[in-house]
Amino acid sequence: MTELERHSYDVVVIGAGGAGLRAAIEAREQGKKTAIICKSLFGKAHTVMAEGGCAAAMGNANSNDNWQVHYRDTMRGGKFLNNWRMAELHAQEAPDRVWELETYGALFDRTPDGRISQRNFGGHTYPRLAHVGDRTGLELIRTLQQKIVSLQQEDFEATGDYEANLKVYAECTITELMKDGDAISGAFGYWRESGRFILFDAPAVVLATGGVGKSFKVTSNSWEYTGDGHALAMRAGATLINMEFIQFHPTGMVWPPSVKGILVTESVRGDGGVLKNSEGKRFMFEYVPDVFRAQYAETEDEADRWYKDPDNNRRPPELLPRDEVARAINSEVKAGRGTPHGGVFLDVSSRLPAEEITRRLPSMHHQFKELADVDITAEPMEVGPTCHYVMGGVEVDPDTASSVVPGLFAAGEVAGGMHGSNRLGGNSLSDLLVFGRRAGMGAATYVDQLQERPKIDDADVDAAAADALAPFELEGGENPYTIHQELQQSMNDLVGIIRKEEEMEQALGRLSEFRSRIAKMTVEGHRQFNPGWHLALDLRNMLTVSECVAGAALMRQESRGGHTRDDFPTMDPEWRKKLLVCALDADGVVNVTEEQQIPMREDLLELFEVDELKKYLTDEELPAK
Amino acid sequence: MSYKGKFRVWRGDSEGGELKDYEVEVNEGEVVLDVIHRLQATQTPDMAVRWNCKAGKCGSCSAEINGMPKLMCMCRMNTFAEDEVVTVTPMRTFPVIRDLVTDVSFNYQKAREVPAFKPPADLKPGEYRMQQVDVERSQEFRKCIECFLCQDTCHVIRDHEENKESFSGPRFLMRVAELDMHPLDAADRQHAAQEQHGLGFCNITKCCTEVCPEHIKITDNALIPMKERVVDRKYDPLVWLGNKIRRRPA
Ligand SMILES: Cc1cc2nc3c(=O)[nH]c(=O)nc-3n(C[C@H](O)[C@H](O)[C@H](O)COP(=O)(O)OP(=O)(O)OC[C@H]3O[C@@H](n4cnc5c(N)ncnc54)[C@H](O)[C@@H]3O)c2cc1C
Ligand code: SF4
Ligand code: SF4
Ligand code: FES
Repeated sequence: MTELERHSYDVVVIGAGGAGLRAAIEAREQGKKTAIICKSLFGKAHTVMAEGGCAAAMGNANSNDNWQVHYRDTMRGGKFLNNWRMAELHAQEAPDRVWELETYGALFDRTPDGRISQRNFGGHTYPRLAHVGDRTGLELIRTLQQKIVSLQQEDFEATGDYEANLKVYAECTITELMKDGDAISGAFGYWRESGRFILFDAPAVVLATGGVGKSFKVTSNSWEYTGDGHALAMRAGATLINMEFIQFHPTGMVWPPSVKGILVTESVRGDGGVLKNSEGKRFMFEYVPDVFRAQYAETEDEADRWYKDPDNNRRPPELLPRDEVARAINSEVKAGRGTPHGGVFLDVSSRLPAEEITRRLPSMHHQFKELADVDITAEPMEVGPTCHYVMGGVEVDPDTASSVVPGLFAAGEVAGGMHGSNRLGGNSLSDLLVFGRRAGMGAATYVDQLQERPKIDDADVDAAAADALAPFELEGGENPYTIHQELQQSMNDLVGIIRKEEEMEQALGRLSEFRSRIAKMTVEGHRQFNPGWHLALDLRNMLTVSECVAGAALMRQESRGGHTRDDFPTMDPEWRKKLLVCALDADGVVNVTEEQQIPMREDLLELFEVDELKKYLTDEELPAK
Repeated sequence: MSYKGKFRVWRGDSEGGELKDYEVEVNEGEVVLDVIHRLQATQTPDMAVRWNCKAGKCGSCSAEINGMPKLMCMCRMNTFAEDEVVTVTPMRTFPVIRDLVTDVSFNYQKAREVPAFKPPADLKPGEYRMQQVDVERSQEFRKCIECFLCQDTCHVIRDHEENKESFSGPRFLMRVAELDMHPLDAADRQHAAQEQHGLGFCNITKCCTEVCPEHIKITDNALIPMKERVVDRKYDPLVWLGNKIRRRPA
């Protein structure tokens, strides 16, 4: 039998970003012995990079805001494809989750009367994003990290052991989930430092592994975003939905080449920054789609007045949802009106005084100065679309975050449904808190109701170990770095921001070639902290996820949110009713099938004007009046 | 625009190691981390290095570049001459695991020894009221990305393993200061700073401040004020009492 260390827990949380930490806090507070596992050091998860803020209808900046308005904005942003129950829970619970952070020690920026300040963001009717300058993610993750520490301090007082009930396993990667019959029984992985194997025996596993952006060449995501949770869930028999919807953030850095894709926060536009093409024109006015016409300004004057007087003016079109802005930039560049390095200009220097810029956007100022030699208080930035977020993920029950596999839960970016076809900025951080907590609760309740603890089969452990070591077995094969670069290029070129049938078919063809190349690749060196080996294992997950994205994108014959088809350029209400569900068949091949959406509850439907609903729904779905 | 750069990188593990020379392509606009990645992809696939964000936000990629503690992702290649040898070594204060990766668990232990924020008993979630000017001092310290470069630099522990037990280092003394200056924290911090975290070891050389990639004024804004408060308090308990009374919100 495989030699390994073995630990027993009630709940194992895979991921130490916002979702994972909030889930772990909840599970521990419900009295469950909980482990947190993460690939990086504690406190370094992707959440740390979030800049702009965390959306919650607290109504501090504009008292007209409430959960219903937030709900409407979220559904509009996702083009009504969202799981409405998730959007409802999210809008209702986000304020409590943010206030709770203050009790953990968070220090958000303040309004003049001492409450949490809120800023404007694309698609949000009112200023809604709780923030700390442009480093909100850092505040969120550090606060949750420090809350974990405080729970450990409580356990130390009580037992003399900090890690008695809550322990972080950092730089540890899970490669397989264990099952007993249908139900989850644990998780298998390796320590990055030593390469040694580790086994967690646990009846409940919460996936909080984040996204998939590393399958694309130009991305704002870090090396961790290899879709591990998505692939782990599928291999364990769970389903993914909405995988065709990938958010390309409109403003990534385009120059120098080595930083291409790094994010330029939307707060630049929320705080007054405007987009211009090489002719100096504010082109976004040309790109307001019909569904949003009523809410957006038609002239520069009106747009500019909105910053001071939002109640009597309509919003600037720079603040349209991200999919719209990204497509617009793409078209401008294609039409030859791009900047020298193939982007457009984002200018805040002519809009705000220099000291205001450095106060509100300190890390953007720093990032451009250090990485691109650009002083954003004096000159415009060059920006272009970058792969940023995956709307798709594990299909879950909205209230408990449970997948279709008993004992397997998912929250955060790895879960699907909440954001529909397009996520609004700021709605992720709040999503992490709301559904992280619910997943922790769901897992704790599940464990309470179990009759018998599922067992781990030794044969499954041996198989997982053999799979993990396979890349060392072969000699003379390709190096994983080469395959990774080609995979990223293919996804970027063929399943990117604008999609065509032939290209996606070509992509699927290439992906099947990658599959056979990956089976034959070679890793050099030994198991101790070996990044080549780590990448080789991650590549298998990236491949599975890419197959889902390309397969679902090929099937959906319409354009909506983060899925734009050149050959089917419009939104089709018939398609809104359908979800595309990805699952693995017995041979491990990705299968995509259609599933009907559950119709929206009557009282939620009534929150919208019928005229607006007509733009999204089929006639039969409209409320009978 | 691109040239062959000369790199010298420490390769080895806890048993020992050596500096190895490499010639590697360098392109316009690149940072040291880009070049290390190119080495991995083309010559040394097993070279160990930590990184995440590649944008100076996560504090993972700390190392010593030509002897200076720095983030590899924020150190631009155009700060070196083309024929200059760029030497990259792991942080010296922490034990090496492999190549550029060190064991930073010391920092997580120290973090755990600082008692957490103590919420005020009389306020419910949503009722917290604080003025921007009052939160700004602690906010400066909360910009910390935990790169541990200040810890690496501080001479109290850099070559003095024996001090690690009783000294938490600038990062965690600053954490104590942050909580002490939090407008609503209900715990007493100053006693602990001196007794448990070794504030007395710090002789305000400011080396930590110089290497901080977030430009936090660790010494001036956190350590010195803490020292002043501790001194005040030692000689005059009324000063401390007065402080606490004034710091309650209206
Ligand atoms: C640059 C940038 C800026 C952003 N700004 C905003 C913003 O302003 N507002 C907003 O709402 N959203 C923003 N987002 C989106 C948001 O930050 C992310 O969607 C969110 O942080 C994801 O959190 P998470 O908890 O799901 O996962 P993450 O924080 O990514 O954490 C994933 C965790 O899973 C672990 N993990 C993954 N695979 C494994 C494995 N196999 N084994 C063990 N552990 C594993 C990782 O180590 C990590 O700890 C931004 C994103 C980026 C990239
Ligand atoms: S100022 Fe104090 S903490 Fe900072 S490096 Fe000098 S001695 Fe160390
Ligand atoms: S204070 Fe500065 S140098 Fe020290 S860990 Fe934090 S960011 Fe790094
Ligand atoms: S990689 Fe995140 S700080 Fe360098």
